[in-house]
Amino acid sequence: MIEAPDLSLAALAPLLFVFGAASIGVLVEAFGPREHRHPVQVAVALLGTVGAFVSTLLLAGHREITAGGALAVDGPALFLEATIAGLGALALLLFAERSLDPARSAFVTSAAVPVGSPRDRELATSTLVQTEVYPLATFAIGGMMLFVAANDLLVMFVALEVLSLPLYLISGMARRRRLLSQEAAVKYFLLGAFASAFFLYGLALVYGATGSVRLSDIRAAAISEGTDVLLVLGLALLVVGLMFKASVAPFHTWTPDVYQGAPTPVTAFMAACTKVAAFGAILRLLYVAFGTSEWTWRPLIYGIAIVSMIVGAVLGLTQTDLKRMLAYSSIAHAGFLLTGVIGMQATGGSSGLGATMFYLLTYGLTTIGAFAVLTLVRDGDGEASHLSQWAGMASRSPLTAAVMALFLLSLAGIPLTAGFTAKFAVFRSAIASGAWPLVLVALLTSAVAAFFYLRVIVLMYFSQPAADGPTVGVPGLPTTIVLALTATATLALGILPGAVLDLADRAAIFVG
Amino acid sequence: MSDLPFLLLMIAVPAIGAAVVAALPRGRDLLAKQVALAVSLLVLLLAVLATVAFDPGGKRFQLTTSVSWIADFGVRFALGVDGIALVMLLLIGVLVPLVIGASWADTAPVDRSMKAYFAWLLLLEAMMVGVFAATDIFLFYVFFEAMLVPMYFLIGSFGGPRRQYAAVKFFLYSLVGGLIMLAAVIGLYVVSNSQLGEGTFAFDALRQLDITPGVQKLLFLGFFVAFAIKAPLVPFHTWLPDSGSEAPIGSAVLLVGVLDKVGTFGFLRYCLPLFPDASRYFAPYVLVLAVVGILYAALLAMGQSDMKRLVAYTSISHFGFIALGIFAFTTEAGTGAVLYMVNHGIATGLLFLIVGMLIARGGSRQIRDYGGVAAQAPKLAGVFLIAGLASLALPGTNSFVSEFLVLIGSFPSRPVFTIIATVGIILAALYILLMYQRTMHGPPRGVLMAEDDDATPVPVGGGATAVAAAPARTLRVRDLDRRELAVVAPLVALILVLGVYPQPLLNLIEPAVSATMSDLGGSDR
Repeated sequence: MIEAPDLSLAALAPLLFVFGAASIGVLVEAFGPREHRHPVQVAVALLGTVGAFVSTLLLAGHREITAGGALAVDGPALFLEATIAGLGALALLLFAERSLDPARSAFVTSAAVPVGSPRDRELATSTLVQTEVYPLATFAIGGMMLFVAANDLLVMFVALEVLSLPLYLISGMARRRRLLSQEAAVKYFLLGAFASAFFLYGLALVYGATGSVRLSDIRAAAISEGTDVLLVLGLALLVVGLMFKASVAPFHTWTPDVYQGAPTPVTAFMAACTKVAAFGAILRLLYVAFGTSEWTWRPLIYGIAIVSMIVGAVLGLTQTDLKRMLAYSSIAHAGFLLTGVIGMQATGGSSGLGATMFYLLTYGLTTIGAFAVLTLVRDGDGEASHLSQWAGMASRSPLTAAVMALFLLSLAGIPLTAGFTAKFAVFRSAIASGAWPLVLVALLTSAVAAFFYLRVIVLMYFSQPAADGPTVGVPGLPTTIVLALTATATLALGILPGAVLDLADRAAIFVG
Repeated sequence: MSDLPFLLLMIAVPAIGAAVVAALPRGRDLLAKQVALAVSLLVLLLAVLATVAFDPGGKRFQLTTSVSWIADFGVRFALGVDGIALVMLLLIGVLVPLVIGASWADTAPVDRSMKAYFAWLLLLEAMMVGVFAATDIFLFYVFFEAMLVPMYFLIGSFGGPRRQYAAVKFFLYSLVGGLIMLAAVIGLYVVSNSQLGEGTFAFDALRQLDITPGVQKLLFLGFFVAFAIKAPLVPFHTWLPDSGSEAPIGSAVLLVGVLDKVGTFGFLRYCLPLFPDASRYFAPYVLVLAVVGILYAALLAMGQSDMKRLVAYTSISHFGFIALGIFAFTTEAGTGAVLYMVNHGIATGLLFLIVGMLIARGGSRQIRDYGGVAAQAPKLAGVFLIAGLASLALPGTNSFVSEFLVLIGSFPSRPVFTIIATVGIILAALYILLMYQRTMHGPPRGVLMAEDDDATPVPVGGGATAVAAAPARTLRVRDLDRRELAVVAPLVALILVLGVYPQPLLNLIEPAVSATMSDLGGSDR
């Protein structure tokens, strides 16, 4: 008799919601009538993600390992699943925006049509809307939620693929500048395939060293034979694979090109949610599986963090395209997040885990907000993301400029914004665990990075607008909701972050 | 009456006032100015009432409020003042209404509204009060950095031709200093966590800590760099001449009158009591920087042809004196230093205001474009003279008392530094009197000589807000009108009164300074 694995359906409810919504989305895509497809798909996707979000809130406090030991449902998993579901819902709202582009969508109608062909020119102005992106994105969200809850490495790998493959696809689906978008998709796919291969190879080595892929078994093996060469190599390769996904330097080279080429709503989705998922997996791997071999991986993470912060800050200085600039800023922020990972072992209330989770939440919200503002500024060619086109924005559209300034100040870490609270929490835990040189580097690179954030604010407020500059579109309902929520959250989490910080801290206990 | 949360009100009232002014409909500039003036006068009233409620012989920190803010970080929204902070709050309360009055007739540059100018001014006032009133170091840091944003927008939106450059330089310089201080703040928290069992940012608790000398030195340096940039001490001073010359006059007054005082206030309030051993260790080096600053900035001031830049350099020179007074570690010198902070705010504030009024008439910031103004505008020249004499610390003016106290207080402990610093007084006389003599006396020249009418329109704003370098042509220089007299009269009065009777202020300052010195473990030599 085959014994059925114990499966706690209640604990898996968030995942079921999202995967269920994705599957229904596929069916709608196949059988649904074309005219009604878009609203139905949006509704299904939002129901799935919001349902998942609500169910994670209801599951708060749950601690168990389920699905035959493959999935962990604990504080960090639930917090990060809620974050991913919430940010995913916001990103889906950005996908659903119909009133900004004259062609009523940021996505190409038929991705398979070759660029420049007559059919392509025909479709460029057609108002047919492509809706495959919704189930694809929902699958990606599901994969991300699975990624942070995985209790063994194989499930983690499967989740990595489930989250990545749809992302490769939707990165190539921009309606404008299709060649750039397709190039971004191919680059992402090739480099991502390599990174997944590294992860898989590391997984194999770890299995070879410990005889199991389950995180708790690896932990037990690491205690007894922590310096086994096979195990250390496996750990290094796993880390490489994960760092690629988290866009940490020196595994970051895909980030600027993919962020620039992908349609902006997709970039928002990737920048926020993928980072949360990748860091969730990194935290779980390093803390649960290799928590006892901290002295093995700590120097590696220390070095990578410094490189990432410096690369992100310094290379961001020379960028002239806003999307690329935000990409380099995300590389720098990945470095700051790693300082929280370093501070994980700090005790006495300065838990690095809680701080990192809080940072992921605030960073995700701010990033989605910043990219949402980017979707508003358009010229004849699509989005106007070149810096020079943003000159004098404040005189043309004060509200847009003010909201963008808020997000940029939060990314720079100015007090009274969410970004500052998050940085403070993360740096505190790092110093408490003795890594003060790292924090010093982080603060100095923050100052360098502040320059390019400031440059955009200076351009918006203190420069004369170009005569033939871009227009600022009036956002439709979805984008307005996103902007309102993210701007309010950025301010609120800067002025009164106590409740959410507390929540993150209380959730900061792994199971397994 | 003494139960009113004065400090909280002094922060909340201008902040709400700023929001109200910003929310006024476009084009209602007069209403905006009136609201702003009313709010700032209300803050002045609150400051005076707070002074009345303060008991100089009582506890060190009074008028306290403390509410839990971010419990997870151990941060409280804690406000409180000792004598030093209280006199700074009085200075803020006096200066802001005068700045609003001085900017009353200004016109905004293209695409900007004066409404925004006054809103930013009020927000700046709220932040400045917060910086001095905070007794929780995290809260102090928040206000320290948040204070940069309104000033940045004031310089960048309403400033002179190089305003973008000046605004960015100002913001980044101060931000870098602030970030270095953040590392020290977190370090302090971690030390308190290990020693007291629970991390805290409360100043009183942190004073009790016993920090090892090595760690103390690092933490001291972290705070020191931030305050040295703010103060500014040579060699961290290069942002001030640019910001001071490009900022609109009202903002320039607040920049040197109050914002820079945060640096020296920080030395006295945070560096000395929290890190006594490190302070003693680094004192000789700091004194070298201070004395070099006095002389170097004075020499540079003499060579300036731009009046606003000249006044900015005089500020750097004066701040060297204040730093000398603080790091001489005697109560007398420290009291002199705090009094110097107040007096410098009044004297240099008046100097900036009157220079601004002159520039508003002539359109040019260059000394060579003015000459013989006194013949046509005697009141302006008279006030200019008083401001100048106060800056060079003529006996009878308020600055003399403070400078005298600093020098007398420093001489017993640091004779050599004091002697070298005294030379700075002579240089001060040179730069002030040269500027005064060239612009006010002598043959008429520059703008007073013009006959032709090919007037180059003043490109950036008008009035005393900001000026371009190209002179407009006028034949007569108007004397001070009633509004301008109303703005300068209180400052002139304060200069004269405090020069003769500074005792009330000294009564407030001295107990606080001596408490600080006893934290330092200093002996009153």
